[in-house]
Amino acid sequence: MDLVWSGLREAVRILLARDPEIVAIFGLSLRIAVWALGISLLIGLPLGVLLGVVHFRGRGVLLSIFNAGMGLPPTVVGLWVALFLWRNGPLGDLHLIYTPAAIVIAEVILTTPILVALVAAAAAGAKERLHEFFLSLGTTPATYLYLLLREIRLPLLAAVIAGFGRVISEVGAAMIVGGNIRGETRTLTTAIVLEVSKGAFDRALAISFLLLALSFAVTAFLTHLQHRVRED
Amino acid sequence: MFRTIAVKHRWAVAALVLWVAVFGALAGCGKSTLQSPLSESQASHAESPQPTPAVRDVVLATTTSTQDTGLLDYLVPIFEKQTGYKVKVVAVGTGQALEMGKRGEADVLLTHAPSSEKPLVEDGTGTNYRLVMYNDFILVGPPNDPAKVKEAQDLKAAMKAIAASGMGFVSRGDDSGTHKKELALWKAAGVDLRGQAWYTESGTGMGQTLLIANERQAYTLTDRGTYLAYKDKIDLAIVREGDKDLLNIYHVMQVNPEKYPKVNAEGAKAFVEFLVSPETQKLIGEFGVDKYGQPLFFPDAKDERGEGVKSCGSRVVGTP
Repeated sequence: MDLVWSGLREAVRILLARDPEIVAIFGLSLRIAVWALGISLLIGLPLGVLLGVVHFRGRGVLLSIFNAGMGLPPTVVGLWVALFLWRNGPLGDLHLIYTPAAIVIAEVILTTPILVALVAAAAAGAKERLHEFFLSLGTTPATYLYLLLREIRLPLLAAVIAGFGRVISEVGAAMIVGGNIRGETRTLTTAIVLEVSKGAFDRALAISFLLLALSFAVTAFLTHLQHRVRED
Repeated sequence: MFRTIAVKHRWAVAALVLWVAVFGALAGCGKSTLQSPLSESQASHAESPQPTPAVRDVVLATTTSTQDTGLLDYLVPIFEKQTGYKVKVVAVGTGQALEMGKRGEADVLLTHAPSSEKPLVEDGTGTNYRLVMYNDFILVGPPNDPAKVKEAQDLKAAMKAIAASGMGFVSRGDDSGTHKKELALWKAAGVDLRGQAWYTESGTGMGQTLLIANERQAYTLTDRGTYLAYKDKIDLAIVREGDKDLLNIYHVMQVNPEKYPKVNAEGAKAFVEFLVSPETQKLIGEFGVDKYGQPLFFPDAKDERGEGVKSCGSRVVGTP
């Protein structure tokens, strides 16, 4: 118990001192999460709607792939991304290994299936509910899309929350493709791993509070948004 | 009708807020997150007086102990300031660090398993192989020493005592330099580890392994630096130290540019020269004294045959 209390006290002290290194790590984690989520949304939203609404050959196979992709193990993704990005790998000349961009790539691969699968399921449900409405109205494609997106806004926010949770808590892939390099690719999660292996539990605790606070704040914001939308 | 519009409007506002938040942040952070290495180097070039090297990034593959003790956090900024290079420290086990060298994924290697390093030097993977420093490994275990390791006449007997007692030994099991050393010690003592219930492999770094050994009150082999960093947090005592076979010797080498054209040969060479320079050697010898009352590493670059190491036992084992 001693360790918990002294750790907590030290953690509060570190937070109050606003250690510039920890602040920078916090900023990097947030930026990586926003980038990865933004790119995943750009891919996942259109693809999810397409898979949910349009029937074409191979749709079932694609849906199964994305559903399975929701459970992709991060370390496996990290290893595969690293194989491609390593200096002597097929994309080695882009010099992306051990950069924040490499982490973003791995996180996008991890998050996109979540967005695609959840959006597709929501879109398929919405299509069914709106079916008769559309038949009676005879809508243009633009209105159709607008009404559909409006209908799936709640599940979409839920998908974003799930995706954010995955990116911000992910450590395996970030460690492999980022390398946990000080001042460059050290994120909140990889920093915790390092501080624990150094035996600096107080710093590890301090960083874990930041991670929890960030995760809670963003999730609370999105949930608030979701409630606002639902009340409408 | 009015109400429907208001409803639509509020939903639109909510959506707008989200998208502005996402893409506003995207645009705002673009510069700092995904900046190309080139523009970054130009930016700092403007601020730093020394000439910017052609290729700025130097990938250093090294063992976890040099990072976990804080030695690299102390030395690397000095090197970067002196030369204008940017060192990417990838701290992995010695086995993985050497593997990165063999695949040309690193520019310079700082490792501590001479018997595994020699083949790389011989087959031309590494060049400019230099002795940097040493410290020592120690055997630690429960303070009351139930296996009576302290009474052992020599190192082999100490290892045999642990094996015979069945009290438990936690191995790194991760192909690190420490793991390699431990396996060599078992082999020298003639202990067969296969299927032994008292022998567990943690598969993690030194710190984590010390914690596991502490929880189980088991024995383990550790480098002295990590043990000192953990001393306050664990209830394990040194049960064997000072043997010549417990020396922990660190070498640096650059990955051969003739074999791997993509490596940053200039940067790697500069880092090797930096580590063995008299000024850096002095810094290595002073590192950790203020915190632990004793050095964590002993500089030894002057003598490439490692002769300075002989007196290590007495130097390292000195009272803390």
